[in-house]
Amino acid sequence: MHINDAIQFAFHALQGYRSRTYLMLLAMAIGVASVVLLTSLGEGARLYVTQQFSSLGTNLLIVLPGRSETTGGMPPVMGETPRDLTLQDVQALQRSRYVKQLAPIVVGAAPVSYQQLEREVMIMGSTASLFSVRQLILSRGQFLPEQEITRAAPVCVLGYTLNKELFGSLSSLGKWVRVSEYRCRVIGVLEEEGVSLGMDMGEVLIMPAASAQALFNINSVFRVLVETRSQDEMEKARQDVIEIISARHDGEDDITVLSQDALLSTFDRILTALTYSLGGIAAISLLVAGIMIMNVMLVAAAQRTAEIGLLKALGAPRKQIIILFLTESACLSLLGAMLGLIFGLVGNWVLQGYFPDFPFQAPDWALWAAVGVALSTGIIFGLLPARHAANLDPVLALSGR
Amino acid sequence: MIKLEHVARTFKVGGELVHGLDDVSLDIKAGDYISIMGPSGSGKSTLLNAIGLLDKLDEGRYLLDGSDVTELSELEQARVRREKIGFVFQTFHLIPRLTAAENVALPLTLAGVDHDEREQRVNEALESLSLSNRGHHRPDQLSGGQRQRVAIARAVVTKPVVLLADEPTGNLDHASGIEVINILEDLNQRGITLLLVTHDIELGERAHRIIHMMDGKVLS
Repeated sequence: MHINDAIQFAFHALQGYRSRTYLMLLAMAIGVASVVLLTSLGEGARLYVTQQFSSLGTNLLIVLPGRSETTGGMPPVMGETPRDLTLQDVQALQRSRYVKQLAPIVVGAAPVSYQQLEREVMIMGSTASLFSVRQLILSRGQFLPEQEITRAAPVCVLGYTLNKELFGSLSSLGKWVRVSEYRCRVIGVLEEEGVSLGMDMGEVLIMPAASAQALFNINSVFRVLVETRSQDEMEKARQDVIEIISARHDGEDDITVLSQDALLSTFDRILTALTYSLGGIAAISLLVAGIMIMNVMLVAAAQRTAEIGLLKALGAPRKQIIILFLTESACLSLLGAMLGLIFGLVGNWVLQGYFPDFPFQAPDWALWAAVGVALSTGIIFGLLPARHAANLDPVLALSGR
Repeated sequence: MIKLEHVARTFKVGGELVHGLDDVSLDIKAGDYISIMGPSGSGKSTLLNAIGLLDKLDEGRYLLDGSDVTELSELEQARVRREKIGFVFQTFHLIPRLTAAENVALPLTLAGVDHDEREQRVNEALESLSLSNRGHHRPDQLSGGQRQRVAIARAVVTKPVVLLADEPTGNLDHASGIEVINILEDLNQRGITLLLVTHDIELGERAHRIIHMMDGKVLS
């Protein structure tokens, strides 16, 4: 029997029991669509994080106060308390020959008001370097002025949303806004940018680091973003940063230096594992669909007993009956998989419409794997009913028993 | 052409052994027209199934065209059925979702015959049974007599040497039954060996030879 004849015979059989066929196609389609959608979600998360890190700039080291270590052992009984990073530390880092530029970051929340309007926003204290390190874009005005890092100046740059909320259509440049008990003059407004690594840059007020420290009454900085001169010098820069701070902190190695690449590859690993896990979970629904196919094909074999008897009388050996039934379940699962792919891709498109910033994109391997698993599930679970049909006694089968 | 030597087939029914065939020996020549008659449970259909290689024999030998087919493998027996034997059943056994032409083509499809040759042979078979204009109809769009003619076309499309008809008129009215028997006799006159199981004495007596059966034995 030619394979195209077997496929045609299978399609005739599937058309003969339409409602059952449609239900099976739906079950398989839901399984494949879940694989596509869930892996899109995982892959989307991975791409989103990658994009967010790329927007931070290149050749970037992130210096954090404190160091991961286990405490409570003997000796010492207690772990060392890490020292804060200060603006003087930042000044010292500026002297490294591997550092191109750096931006300290001081963060906190405070109410910002203009006339009767007030809004609680994130205050970010930094320097003029933040503009290029963080690759910010201004919609109007200018960014923080180049000045001594420890100098507090009463100027600030508003995020796009904050500016819109406080000033509406009026120009904010040159106006004075109140930040908690302090006042600062608006010298610039950021371009509309959206959320970046959990921080909504539209809802931020940026002022000089020393001003922010005065505002929050602290001497420390939250992070230091260090841009190195080249990608090749990242490791040397990292060592240099550690040595400079260690020298300033009485020989204590009490900072953590993360490279953007290291962070990115860690997130990449975690989110790739997440994508695989989501794909695996969704694949369970394919197994369920496979079991349903087995059930339906067993019922089909029972309902078509006389037909199987006839096929044997007409000269079909066991092997041919098995092939016919397997072709039927393979067609069912392949069609269901195709339908599921369409459902999944349309679902992606719809979700993309609702969440335009999040890149919903099913990885290629997931599309192939979903179809492959659907097909092999159909064939594997179709084997039992096919063997059952092939083993029927032709005389009994012809009599419908 | 068909030679049965002391064949036996036993079934277990409700814990008791029943002789479907009991020491049956037969010699059927090519081109014979034989009717097999007897009461229900006498072994008529069992004999037909054994000759059609649908049922296994417990004892004895079965020679078809001089070859012992008793011990052939399942695959080889299927090939013999496909190439040499045609079946006509009381209940037609047409596949309802296929058209008349597709039903007739089924044995050729299973045998892997190419599409063009298949189409030609199906058209010839339908034409010889005056069904040319019914090829695209499904079984439920045909009368009982037409369905049985489609079933006969399916049985002869492979050009078998022997045609086994098990109560082919059992589900038909008298006129359609006569028509079907006339067709089968016509096929026999063209050289096909015909074995007909029937309860109808009038139809049975039209055969060249009658085999009477009782309790799995051939009486005459």
